[in-house]
Amino acid sequence: MADTASSSAGGTPAAVTTAEASREVHSTSLGLSNEKLAMWTLLGSECLFFGALISAYLVYYGRYNGLPEISPALFDIPFTSVSTFVLLMSSLGMVLALAAIQRGDDRDFRIWILATAMMGTVFLSGQIYEFTVFVNEGMRLDTSPFAASFYVLTGFHGIHVTVGVLMLITLWSRSMTGNLTSEHSDVVENIGLYWHFVDIVWIVIFTAIYLIPYEQARL
Amino acid sequence: MTEADDPEHTDHPDSSQYIVIGIILAVFTAIEVAISFSAVPTEVAIPSLIVLTVLKFLLVILWFMHLRFDSGWYRRLFAFGLAVALAIYAATISLMLYAGSNRPA
Repeated sequence: MADTASSSAGGTPAAVTTAEASREVHSTSLGLSNEKLAMWTLLGSECLFFGALISAYLVYYGRYNGLPEISPALFDIPFTSVSTFVLLMSSLGMVLALAAIQRGDDRDFRIWILATAMMGTVFLSGQIYEFTVFVNEGMRLDTSPFAASFYVLTGFHGIHVTVGVLMLITLWSRSMTGNLTSEHSDVVENIGLYWHFVDIVWIVIFTAIYLIPYEQARL
Repeated sequence: MTEADDPEHTDHPDSSQYIVIGIILAVFTAIEVAISFSAVPTEVAIPSLIVLTVLKFLLVILWFMHLRFDSGWYRRLFAFGLAVALAIYAATISLMLYAGSNRPA
């Protein structure tokens, strides 16, 4: 990428810093990175996907199949708040990992990317625990439309987090074997965009699915 | 033209700015949880929760996802998907309210 950068900018390879090289892109009509454009297109379409699932949950909210005890009153808000905090902090870890690789600090990059993956894993563990508690309380996928829409929405989000954790671990292992350097920071940035998207989806889910229904259930 | 030449593209924030944004996100989440467990009336609590969520959403996409600093093309692309998603959401809620008001007693 450094060669591409120097040729397009008209400078010598030595004059092109790694930070500049990471920001440089192949020549396209818009001057944008194709990979980054593809990632933003994917995220735009994912808005539709999660928008549909959240809408489905809101439509089925209140349809308990004659089992009013299987409702948002089951939600453990303090526990989910901790999970939410962990996922938010994983986004911070992701940007610190990106900043580290952009300045060529491989050691800090590995620390932050591994911390981000671990926080993602903690979030997933919390979700599995929460699902287990709900099932033990009698809230299964086929219990009611409310239960089904809750599991489908939060389950698909969990699958997205799992894919994100796998990508983060791949980045870490590539860095450990010397196959990921500051010249590849665009790859880290694109995977970071995916990770932050998973975070903003949870920001919406936490309020729309947990806090507001819990607030209404108190009435 | 490259992203670096793009007049809409500016340098990303540094690590200290990211940490400040992270702290703000954590504080907003704490306020949300406090609202849920406090005696704040529901008519105040729900709009407050929605405003805090929008603020958190904007902080992450503008700073952590660099939409504030990157080319406007990415912003437009994401905004389009988000706008269509919100339209689906609004249509579904409208249908739900309409169906609810016409449901036989």
